[in-house]
Amino acid sequence: MELAVELRREPNSPLLSKMATSDGHGENSSYFDGWKAYDCDPFHPTSNPEGVIQLGLAENQLCLDPIQEWIKNNPKASICTEVGVSEFKNIANFQDYHGLRVFREAVAKFMRKVRGGRSDFHPDRIVMSGGATGAAEVIAFCLADPGEAFLVPTPYYPAFDRDLRWRTGIQVLPIQCKSSNHFKITRTALESAYEKAQKANVRVKAVMVANPSNPLGTILDRETLRMLVNFTNGKRIHLICDEIFAGTVFKDPQFVSVSEIVDEDPNCDRSLIHITYSLSKDLGLPGFRVGVVYSYNDTVVRCARRMSSFGLVSSQTQYLLASMLSDDEFTTKLIEEVRRRLSKRHELFTSRLAKVGIQCLESNAGLFCWMDLRRLLKEFTVEGELELWRVIINDVKLNVSPGSSFHCHEPGWFRVCFANMDDETMDVALGRIESFVLRTKEAAVQAKKKKWKQDGLRLSLPRRFEDMATMTSSLMSPHSPLVPATTSALVV
Amino acid sequence: MTRALPLDSDDADDHSAPPRSHAGGSVAGAGSGGGGTAMRIIVPLQGVVQGRGGLVLGSLIPCALFYFLQLYLKRNRPSSPSPSPPSPSPSSSNLSELSAIPRSLSRGLISPRGSSGRASLSSRGAAIARPDDCPYYIGFKRCVDDPYHPSSNPDGIMQLGLAENQLSLDLVRDWLESNLKESFPGDKETGGLSIRGLATYQPYDGLMDLKMAMAGFMGQVLQGSVSFNPSQIILTAGATPAIETLSFCLADPGNAFLVPSPYYPGWNRDIKWRTGVELIPVPCRSTDNFNISIAALDRAYNQAKKRGVKVRAVLVSNPTNPVGNILSQETMYGLLDFATEKNIHLISDEIFAGSTHGSNKFVSIAEVLDAEGFDRSRVHIIYGLSKDLSLPGFRVGVIYSYNEHVLAAAAKLARFSSISATTQWLLVSMLSDTKFISEYLEINRERLRKMYALFVGGLKRIGIECTSSSAGFYCWADMSKFIRSYSEKGELKLWDKLLNVARINVTPGSACHCIEPGWFRCCFTTLTEKDIPVVVERISRITESH
Repeated sequence: MELAVELRREPNSPLLSKMATSDGHGENSSYFDGWKAYDCDPFHPTSNPEGVIQLGLAENQLCLDPIQEWIKNNPKASICTEVGVSEFKNIANFQDYHGLRVFREAVAKFMRKVRGGRSDFHPDRIVMSGGATGAAEVIAFCLADPGEAFLVPTPYYPAFDRDLRWRTGIQVLPIQCKSSNHFKITRTALESAYEKAQKANVRVKAVMVANPSNPLGTILDRETLRMLVNFTNGKRIHLICDEIFAGTVFKDPQFVSVSEIVDEDPNCDRSLIHITYSLSKDLGLPGFRVGVVYSYNDTVVRCARRMSSFGLVSSQTQYLLASMLSDDEFTTKLIEEVRRRLSKRHELFTSRLAKVGIQCLESNAGLFCWMDLRRLLKEFTVEGELELWRVIINDVKLNVSPGSSFHCHEPGWFRVCFANMDDETMDVALGRIESFVLRTKEAAVQAKKKKWKQDGLRLSLPRRFEDMATMTSSLMSPHSPLVPATTSALVV
Repeated sequence: MTRALPLDSDDADDHSAPPRSHAGGSVAGAGSGGGGTAMRIIVPLQGVVQGRGGLVLGSLIPCALFYFLQLYLKRNRPSSPSPSPPSPSPSSSNLSELSAIPRSLSRGLISPRGSSGRASLSSRGAAIARPDDCPYYIGFKRCVDDPYHPSSNPDGIMQLGLAENQLSLDLVRDWLESNLKESFPGDKETGGLSIRGLATYQPYDGLMDLKMAMAGFMGQVLQGSVSFNPSQIILTAGATPAIETLSFCLADPGNAFLVPSPYYPGWNRDIKWRTGVELIPVPCRSTDNFNISIAALDRAYNQAKKRGVKVRAVLVSNPTNPVGNILSQETMYGLLDFATEKNIHLISDEIFAGSTHGSNKFVSIAEVLDAEGFDRSRVHIIYGLSKDLSLPGFRVGVIYSYNEHVLAAAAKLARFSSISATTQWLLVSMLSDTKFISEYLEINRERLRKMYALFVGGLKRIGIECTSSSAGFYCWADMSKFIRSYSEKGELKLWDKLLNVARINVTPGSACHCIEPGWFRCCFTTLTEKDIPVVVERISRITESH
């Protein structure tokens, strides 16, 4: 009876868990808002040429044709073909969470090849998970209890907040990196993040770094990796290297995997080192949902393997990939082709941006550039950055991701993805950026003239504005009806 | 367990205190009949001696006798947990694996904060990594290591512990063979699908095309009695993540689900491991043919409440696993009333909906909801293709919910366990072929029926009765008359014999939280007809020697 009353009192209570009712999914972020904006009005060269172009999705669509070609030429790899169907019965029933042996062997081989053949991977340490997303979550479940923390250098991939934290209840604490040294991870920054956590009485269980970095597109050099290994070994905490972009390193310097450091250094406690990997970026196959946890720690392998029943890869897909990835000749060519095409695309993209005076952080990996739009900021704050972002998405009709959504401490950086579209769309996107920058410059010149005329007003403005006006001397806001905050933001 | 009780009551009357604590400890440890026999000898003896007048002798002699008896028992106990590594003899290996959970390891892993400087796993991670002590998984492993094959490994272990259907795979294969162009991923010209639609990011909770095909398939399974709405479907990589995801949505860590027992052993992993949700078994009894009792649910609910544990849902399987029952409409009305009264959720796992073989017609909770004015937002169905379409390797699970909030949250959570797009597109074509599906379902039911009859008949001939069941890939066999002591221990001993002597892997009732010892789940769908006499003969070796 009591309960019936309770029910009546809260007729709309969904009676769900805190997890289901909180916003731990992290989708209330400008990163995902941009996706929504794209979803509402997606660009199409003929049917919607004025639509939003998606530059916010790190997807590699440049090398799907060789993969398609391979599938066509290797019908035996698919259980849905005349020559492959004989394997159907074995595959359809296969549900062992270890994964097909041939699949793990092929993935291990592929991981080695992508890393230049400089370190070996053991098939028995390969644990499957539902994409890199699942891999990150599984490792968090394995290593930390609710309330404990991972240190992650900023800027970092926005969905880490969800993948690492949402269901596990762990915390992600930033290691602050700065543009002044190319956003490198320094020992000082690492130590200060660690100490800050200790002061707050939060137990740090691991440092997690993306190498190559998303969103920066840079790779960690050998020294930094050694420093990270030393630091984490010294503190007896784990080091997780997210190497899902390992195969996208398109020019020198060469990629160095943490596995090389582990192999080189006999004193390194390898039971503290873990790698997450996937085929979504290097091969451009996110639809296949293949993620991998590779751990040098036997207990973690056992634990993660048992958890992999929550994100197993379809046996049909395992079977197909096992053949594809063990075709040596094909993978060698494919890895090279991916690099070649990415390099070309990156070159084209950055050089055209440079022509209109937009610089990107120097990088040699990833499916994106870290674009420096600090010059275009009206106000050197997160709000200023988001204001510019709204103009870009609503006016210029490009979905780029603002640095603040990557927890970047310096406003004015944006991640722009360049590998998820064809050349034509790319051209349109670049054209839009170019004309936007030109318009902005013109507007700036106009505004400057106007400003000199209103000399008196200038003196009455708050100090902050003057700072900013000198800092971003070349522009004022582009006049857009969609940005009503122009004046009010200044008055605050 | 039950044996320990008479011993205690005997003790209470007995005033010779010294041996009591001794007896209570080690005899109960020795389990089976030891303690009872000991008292049966000692108590009368004490009386005899006392009758002659020697008060000192009266207490000393029994003490000494008891001591020697203890020594005798200790020496002759066959499965004593010895400090030496598990003996290689096959008959005792599993029991020692059962009892010897290396606690030192687990304690080492859950080291207190930063004490030894040894980096640790999370406590949940360490718990998951611990060796399996459940016979359900131990048996699996034995089968994987030494699988039976009629010609190449005739002494191998026969797998009756895995609810997997191998009776009708040829039908699916034939379909594939004749529909290759439809399903071949990668070639547009021949009518296949382009790589772009397969390789790139897809909605995490499943392609709309597959949701539509799935809704149609689920409707077909229920022979059109319900029509399912594709927008109420969330697709996940198997039923395992489906039930976990749903649990994450419905309960906070420390909350509980009431689960009529015996229940599917895998739920202890699937649900408890990462969500922190507690499962409270609510025993069903053989006298009721293991039907769900609402009164028992009510009692369990109140007990949980007293402990301060919040119950968030009732979780049932229908058709039930491991018994193979089909819930009656009355039971479902009872469950809905109960859930409404307590203001909790009702989860119905209907993964065997299409795998019926009996005369009872399966009725989904969806159909009951359609008929009456219940609050639908508290009802959720779990489904998948592993059982009804015999495709466990494809990892396709379904959450079907009537609660929009659950659907919204689950769609986001599905990100951690999405289905590969190649598999999704293949299934879109397969499930949309309604003619094939209805033929498949019918033939599969027919084959199940035949195997069930053969198997249960075989067991009956050697004196093993099964509950009369109507669905699933298994029967629920009563072997209580073959266990030496009517306890979990006795049951596990028989299970061990079946595994190591008869060399068949079955699931003991205790692994399913069955309250009555001696019940075993035996899956028959991984067998061929020729295997049945082999299984029956192997079991009879154990039962006859009894």
